Amino acid sequence: MMAVLRRWMQGVGRDFVRNPILMLALTLVLAQVLVSVFANVISPYDPVEQSVEARMAPPSGEFLLGTDKLGRDVLSRIIHGYRSSLGIAFSAVLAALLLGGSLGIWAGYKGGWVDRLVMRFADVLFAFPIILLAIGVIAILGTNTASTVVAIAVVYAPIFARLMRAPTLVLRSSDYVHAARSFGAGDLRIIVRHIMPNLMSVILVQASLSLSTAILLEASLSFLGIGAQPPAPSLGRMLSEGREYMFMAPWASLFSGLAILLASLGFNLLGDGLRDRLDPRLRGID
Amino acid sequence: MLKMILKRLLDLAIVLLGVSVLVFLMIRLIPGDAAQVMLGASGDAGEEQVRQLREKLGLNDTLLVQYGRWMGAMARGDFGESIWTGKPVIEDIWQRIGVTAELTFLSLVLAVVLSIPAGALMAYFRGSVSDVVMRVVTITGVTMPSFWLGALLIFGWAAWFPNWQTLGSIPPISEDPWLHLQRMFLPTLTCALPVIASLARIMRSAMIDALGQDYIRTARSKGLGEWTVTFKHALRNSLIPYVTALGIMAGYLFSGAIVVEQVYAIPGLGRLMLGAIADRNYPLIQTSILVVTCAFVVINAIIDLLYRVIDKRAGVVA
Repeated sequence: MMAVLRRWMQGVGRDFVRNPILMLALTLVLAQVLVSVFANVISPYDPVEQSVEARMAPPSGEFLLGTDKLGRDVLSRIIHGYRSSLGIAFSAVLAALLLGGSLGIWAGYKGGWVDRLVMRFADVLFAFPIILLAIGVIAILGTNTASTVVAIAVVYAPIFARLMRAPTLVLRSSDYVHAARSFGAGDLRIIVRHIMPNLMSVILVQASLSLSTAILLEASLSFLGIGAQPPAPSLGRMLSEGREYMFMAPWASLFSGLAILLASLGFNLLGDGLRDRLDPRLRGID
Repeated sequence: MLKMILKRLLDLAIVLLGVSVLVFLMIRLIPGDAAQVMLGASGDAGEEQVRQLREKLGLNDTLLVQYGRWMGAMARGDFGESIWTGKPVIEDIWQRIGVTAELTFLSLVLAVVLSIPAGALMAYFRGSVSDVVMRVVTITGVTMPSFWLGALLIFGWAAWFPNWQTLGSIPPISEDPWLHLQRMFLPTLTCALPVIASLARIMRSAMIDALGQDYIRTARSKGLGEWTVTFKHALRNSLIPYVTALGIMAGYLFSGAIVVEQVYAIPGLGRLMLGAIADRNYPLIQTSILVVTCAFVVINAIIDLLYRVIDKRAGVVA
């Protein structure tokens, strides 16, 4: 499996050189991940430190992106906001992938009533407009960071379940799975060794696209005031607060919105580029 | 055809049942129970009071009995009362849902009108520099946070068109249709833009898919021009995957509308629900989620039927 992965990585590596969109996407994503990981090191000020004399200061050499109504440095808040947004989106999508993905593979592999049960449940979750589902979960769990993660995971789990099920359904009756079974391989071994490697590209593309929309969903929830609560820095809430004094100090909401856009854009371009690269049907068209 | 419709209706009933069970469980999953929450909301409550209210609400019965009673009440048109005002929640919802539905509908119309030609043009110019540029532009559109877009539009509009009063309360369309539409314009645009971008992308790939089919080769070999082939033959056939995507987009638009209401301070369902969360007004949250979700399930079922009418082949496969 490692050899397969390495060969595949080399193929992708070549592509990045040829494909500027993918290159741009990867740069954006890497930069944002680095910014979130090293938030404490690179942010010039304490994100919650207030300063009376520097309230609503415009962007300058001292405060690169200006300060907000309470004199807090916008750049430092955005850097910490990235960490919180990406952290929430990553945890939620990972949870959705593990839970929804394994249910989907199980449903596709087992078929029968397991399949019907899991898929009908996914249908029910799909019926909800995403924000209503998230609002419902948050109404139950309360407004805090952990319930935001759960709410987003609940929205994305059925997507992964449906996505993993279809190829598993095809793969389970493929010749090499039959061959593995005739050698005495158990269900778990077949799933892990023979089915999952074939799902890697689908998982990678969907995880990347889901991260992009999860970042937006997280930002929407915190914009609505039902996401992460203060004092945790959050890009959505910064934007929401910044709107109150948009005409006096537009930079606060302008830059936090731009940060959300770039975060979401990076992952979306990455997923889009990877899909083109990995889906053989699309090759030669774009 | 009739058999297919019956099968779809059965699927629809199962999903609606599932939605109702899930929404029912949502309220039962609240830490503590509804009786404590309700009494807690209106002041301190003694042990005895909680017990009495629990009895009155029937919270001591089994979940199945409670569910049955809840469904029975809704069948009679009783959706529960607001914890705070004691008014039937359905009245509040009915009052607020109109503007949200209008916003969703107007955005959908705008999105359809703009995304079909945009997607078709992108497919026509596929592979060229403008296609790559459009691709980045549309992906940016898809990932544009609507609340940010809204804030930018308010800011920009005020600077460029100071005389166009876009903000302020929205008068009923029967009183002042012009002002009504004027006030709805920016919210609609904000709500629609991400969906326009996403639908245009779907249209583009559906068109490219259609352009690779045999009948297109036949049309070309007959000597038809590329323009006719693209916009007459391929366009019609790419509408099929496009229409299926519309149902999903209606859900996205509604989600967007809830956020956009907050940006433009429009008194719609979204603001009602956010208020209900803050007040812990559970009957209101429960009923609004149920009503809206059921509406979307039905809309999607209708779109699905329409799709089968457009594409006869789908009916055969199903």
